[in-house]
Amino acid sequence: MSQHQHVLEADFQPASFEFTAENRALAERILAKYPANRRRSGMLPLLELAQRQHGGWLPRAAMDHVADVIGVPHIKAYEVATFYTMYNLKPVGAHVVQVCTNVPCWLRGSDGIVDACKKRLGIETGETTQDGKFTMMEVECLGACVNAPMVQVGDEYYEDLTPESMTKLLDDLSAGRKPTPGSQTGRRTSMSSAGATTLKSQALKAGVTYIGDE
Amino acid sequence: MLKDQDRIFTNLFGLESFGLQAARARGDWDNTAAIIAKGRDAIIDEMKQSGMRGRGGAGFPTGLKWSFMPKQSEKPCYLVVNADEGEPGTCKDRDIMRHDPHKLIEGCLIAGFAMGAHAAYIYVRGEFYDEGSSVQKAIDEAYEAGLLGKNAAGSGWDFDVYLHRGAGAYLCGEETALIESLEGKKGQPRNKPPFPAMAGLYACPTTVNNVETIAAAPTILRRGSAWFAGLGRPKNNGTKLFCISGHVNNPCNVEEEMGIPLKEIIEKHAGGVRGGWDNLLAVIPGGSSTPMLPREICDTVLMDFDSLRDVKSGLGTAAIIVMDKSTDLVRAIARLARFYMHESCGQCTPCREGTGWMWRVMERMARGNAKIEEIDMLLDVTKEIEGHTICAHGDASTWPIQGLFRHFRPTVEQRLRDYTALTKAA
Repeated sequence: MSQHQHVLEADFQPASFEFTAENRALAERILAKYPANRRRSGMLPLLELAQRQHGGWLPRAAMDHVADVIGVPHIKAYEVATFYTMYNLKPVGAHVVQVCTNVPCWLRGSDGIVDACKKRLGIETGETTQDGKFTMMEVECLGACVNAPMVQVGDEYYEDLTPESMTKLLDDLSAGRKPTPGSQTGRRTSMSSAGATTLKSQALKAGVTYIGDE
Repeated sequence: MLKDQDRIFTNLFGLESFGLQAARARGDWDNTAAIIAKGRDAIIDEMKQSGMRGRGGAGFPTGLKWSFMPKQSEKPCYLVVNADEGEPGTCKDRDIMRHDPHKLIEGCLIAGFAMGAHAAYIYVRGEFYDEGSSVQKAIDEAYEAGLLGKNAAGSGWDFDVYLHRGAGAYLCGEETALIESLEGKKGQPRNKPPFPAMAGLYACPTTVNNVETIAAAPTILRRGSAWFAGLGRPKNNGTKLFCISGHVNNPCNVEEEMGIPLKEIIEKHAGGVRGGWDNLLAVIPGGSSTPMLPREICDTVLMDFDSLRDVKSGLGTAAIIVMDKSTDLVRAIARLARFYMHESCGQCTPCREGTGWMWRVMERMARGNAKIEEIDMLLDVTKEIEGHTICAHGDASTWPIQGLFRHFRPTVEQRLRDYTALTKAA
């Protein structure tokens, strides 16, 4: 907690936060997934909901509000918000670009992806651009290793990147376009880029090249 | 090679829709009530006979795990599905969730019934936003079709499935940390005993299973344990999803038979090692926690729990990370050391302090800036961490380092000598 204290007390913290009526109703639907006396189970999803409502970051007032909705002391929300990496405790840009730099991505050139981001955005890891459009972070394994290197922007994964396609991705986002998530080489999900080596009948039906033995 | 007719995950690449109609055409939800009508004991027995071992990494026999749930319980029982996939190299559960979620949901009903549970929580890592949404859509479809809820699938068993999203913490893949997180707390593992089957979620009897384990169960029960047990090798039965990443020509996921030679799976499915097999330096065979293997072992080793244990590594999540001769192995392991430091929950001193210490030493060694004697000191420290923490994160943080020195100690020593010579000359 102490290492986060200055953030929770910083000037950028808004005085108050409340769920919109729509999100308040959604919060109750989320809480209904858990036994009536186990509302605390809704802590993670409700903090996420609050972060989404507040433009991608989670102010202290939102943690307080979530704790109040659930009916637990505020500290219980702070504990969770400061433990998990997906809660942004400071304001972030409109697009949060998270570059995976763990070993499977690193072997396929994630250093070049980080450099491409820094160059295109003019910021260092962890920083936000002056215009508030982008925040860039380096993160741990995002679980798309056979499509490395990859980044997550907002909710979406962009995979099989090169420095060039990464730069283009940022250009598109900057221009307000929504790039198609998934592989940026046009490859089909986690299938070998040379074609299917298994599932022959499904591959042929889908019009995919089959290169297996059968 | 595994024949297409013996594959469980027939929509692995999403060539067809993940929706209910397409899933039914693939054989999912085909008379699920008949499987449930066989009864709890028969289902558990069939799973035991099949030889299925948990696909989350530890390889614990699934039927046996299910049998630990109490036959009579005052409290409700829970099935919790571990979909917090995050072991570096691993991206198999993602494909099940986005392309074949009905296999998972049908598996929840059957497994839940077999352990006396009326509810399952699927804990999906928060970053898998679209994957979680696909699972939720499939859950909604299943309710609408009467496959979940009261008298689920006409089985006479009431069953609910809920999706729960995590918020970014590798450690929540540890089953008791996952339970803590599901209760709305920090993801810090609990001491065992009590084991979850006695006191898990909300202190109720709970079983935590991996996505792949649960999703495979309906097919195993439909086709029979003999079919599954007939694939693979003794005590290492069945099929398995493999993820092949790193320096191969065509990285991919693939379902293969347990016990397939490592060389064969890389060459048949991933287009071989970049620059040819002779360009191979080392392979991490089962996700970041499993110790690396040098090429000589990769030439012949089989991909299953016991074969990999025999060469002092492990099958783990079957995430094969291939590294060719251009790889700086010391730097790779230093990067993994940073990962384990970052993901330590901070609860146990050996892990909290040790992972940071090991990372700092590995960083220096990657530059060459260390004394040769420090290698033994580092290995001593790994032994002080291993086995001295509540969960396996401490152990897992030491294995990649031990693997590096087991097979490539001369490489590291040479780097340290080169650096010393260079600095002396300067």
